[in-house]
Amino acid sequence: MHQEFLMGNEAIAMGAIAAGVNLVAGYPGTPSTEVLETVAKRRPQDTYVEWSINEKTAMEVGAGAAYTGARVMVTMKQVGLNVATDPLMSLEYIGVKGGMVVLVADDPGPISSQTEQDTRHFSRFSKLPCFDPSTVQEAYEMVQDAFEYSEKYRTPVFLRSTTRVSHGYASIDVKDEEDYKKNTPEGFIKDTKRWVIFPKLSYQAHINIEARNVELAKEFSSYDKNLLLNMESKAFPKKGIATGGFNYTYVSETLKTLGDARFLKVSTPHPFPEELAVKFLTGLDEVICIEELDPVIERELIYIAGKYQLPVKIYGKLTLDVKNSGENSLDSVMGNLTKFLGVNPPETGALSEDDKAEMPELPVRPPVLCAGCPHRASFYAVKQAMKGKKTLFAGDIGCYTMGNAMPLDMVDTCLCMGAGLGIAQGVDHIEPDTSCFAFVGDSTFFAAAIPGVINAVYNQADMTLVVLDNSTTAMTGHQPHPGTGQTMMGDVVNKVSIEKILKGIGLEFVETVDPLDYKKSVETVKSAAALPGVKAIIFKSPCIAIVKSDKCLAVDNDKCINCRKCIREIGCPALIIRDDKVVIDDSLCTGCGLCSQICPVGAIGGDHHE
Amino acid sequence: MSKNIVLCGVGGQGTILASKLISGAAMNRGIPVKSAETIGMAQRGGSVFSHLRLGDDVDCPMIASGSADIIIGFEPGETVRMLPYLRKGGQVIVSSRPVMPVTAALAGSNYNGSEMLDYIRKKVDKVIVIDTEKACRELGSAKIVNLLLLGAAVNSGALGLDEEDIRKVILTRIPKKFHDLNFKALEYAKKSSL
Repeated sequence: MHQEFLMGNEAIAMGAIAAGVNLVAGYPGTPSTEVLETVAKRRPQDTYVEWSINEKTAMEVGAGAAYTGARVMVTMKQVGLNVATDPLMSLEYIGVKGGMVVLVADDPGPISSQTEQDTRHFSRFSKLPCFDPSTVQEAYEMVQDAFEYSEKYRTPVFLRSTTRVSHGYASIDVKDEEDYKKNTPEGFIKDTKRWVIFPKLSYQAHINIEARNVELAKEFSSYDKNLLLNMESKAFPKKGIATGGFNYTYVSETLKTLGDARFLKVSTPHPFPEELAVKFLTGLDEVICIEELDPVIERELIYIAGKYQLPVKIYGKLTLDVKNSGENSLDSVMGNLTKFLGVNPPETGALSEDDKAEMPELPVRPPVLCAGCPHRASFYAVKQAMKGKKTLFAGDIGCYTMGNAMPLDMVDTCLCMGAGLGIAQGVDHIEPDTSCFAFVGDSTFFAAAIPGVINAVYNQADMTLVVLDNSTTAMTGHQPHPGTGQTMMGDVVNKVSIEKILKGIGLEFVETVDPLDYKKSVETVKSAAALPGVKAIIFKSPCIAIVKSDKCLAVDNDKCINCRKCIREIGCPALIIRDDKVVIDDSLCTGCGLCSQICPVGAIGGDHHE
Repeated sequence: MSKNIVLCGVGGQGTILASKLISGAAMNRGIPVKSAETIGMAQRGGSVFSHLRLGDDVDCPMIASGSADIIIGFEPGETVRMLPYLRKGGQVIVSSRPVMPVTAALAGSNYNGSEMLDYIRKKVDKVIVIDTEKACRELGSAKIVNLLLLGAAVNSGALGLDEEDIRKVILTRIPKKFHDLNFKALEYAKKSSL
């Protein structure tokens, strides 16, 4: 053992490596991304790792490897699990040979996601076991436990993390390399009764799964990470607190101030450790459930209290005693617990309530496209080209969702990965006089947009596809994808060409343009929009975070007429007002030149190097 | 020893590196560290924070309101946003340089951070304001704001770490070509925070 300061996601990766993982596949998504990246960085030479093109593919690659006896981890964020649902729901019935851990990171808040869905539900729905770590150290250990359970019961298991575990850091104890488990896959052995899903097999498997989960619930009641604490509380003999996952740390931290109360920590929300829960509930009058996302523990306890006829009142999200959406915090949990236990909250800090009321109005900082981001130029070109026309701009998932911000205001819809294509077609079929555009990034194109393009061509839609190709998966921290020609194993491979795919599907108008060439971009959009059928424009310019620029522009204050068109129309963070004049913040400007191309008096220019 | 530290600023300002240096310095001393920070969408020009907790008896990486020993603010407005976390008698280190959000530029606002600094000075006794703009100009680099603030923080004594701890961690965590510059920033901070 030695100590390392690790992010939760890094700890999960190191835990998987220590468990002898042979293959890791996933698709980037906050807050899960660093797990796979860390495996790629720190893996033993014979561990295979890939960014798959989407979560469904990752799950299938993982299944194949697990059929051979390999230990497998598949990584994704919670909405990614929706994409991987189809293979996973069937894999539940087929099972695995090698241990298979499905790492899903949930995002209470949500901080960087479309939904606040709860993977603990998904685990119940899919009947798969679920591990829910509360700390970085526990996440490291739990991955290894999860592999053992997976292999023992020949089933994929969930390791469900949440943002604060995944992105929290801690100095933790990790194994030395010589203590890593070594797993040598036996290989795939043909057995059609095992690996080919048929109704008869599924029926039999269903019986086995139900029996297994009863057995697992029993086993989990003595799992050492499910805890029953302070059973003999003197301060609060009739009250108990149930929690799980990261919220355990909120509860334990808060009880340090409020005094010991009986509490149950649930680390395996499915199958629920029923025997342990009965012990917890017995003798209590009231229980409060502190958890994030959905009231999973709360509903289980209500069910158990009913089943065993225990006279205990259970409070939580369902009774509106704990907020039923958004993230909890030490402060919200302190509020919940002081009310529930009937004790006074501790003193306040440096600011009184009156001080807080006097606080000046704070600057509002919604996330925006970076200074110099080529997406800004692409959106602006389409906006100008289509000015005055009836349009629909369907957005998608990625940095370019931030094209919604003022003043660009270029995202009319955003639903899920790849949905913009279908939405543009749906609007087009009902409103043929609307010029419909779908914007999609390069990584999202490979992940989820290609079937939508084929659908549009086949079903005769009129629409313009705009691919915002910045040669990376920018939003999640610059992962490679099929268009970049690099893999996570470090190999340089042939790039998959978006242009060739589109032409192969049968699109006749496919133009690749540099969006930083404003005039040409506007002309290209105009000619695409004028044509019937499905057309595509690929705006190709690298993300400013991967190709660093040393260029910087400046405003010539003798020429500037202070009309502020630059600020009003493109909203670049590098354009600021200082002493009532427009200036360029040289710490942000990349010299992309968009502002200089739209300045009516040519006041922005230069190419001065810092 | 136990210390609750909040670092805050605008995405891209270098709060994360500063947080890593403090963690590294504490770990070199054998003090356990837990931390939580903003990653993802908000990093793009949004408000960002790091919570850092040093000490043995810590379960949660997040800090409760009114319990931070020190706030290291990279931007005046963001420091005010985090001020409810400060405990009574806590220390504030703040950079005077404002970062104007696009929303303010669009609204034609003249946000310059001065009313934020006035508020902090009015409400908090222990405040060190660092003119990072001037310091960066004098030292010839825009990339040392984090070291200037860190230097002031160490010097205030509220971090529970000393300058030597930070110097040591710089040697191992930062590329050699930046060592001299970073040391100069520490020195500068010491002088200007006296």
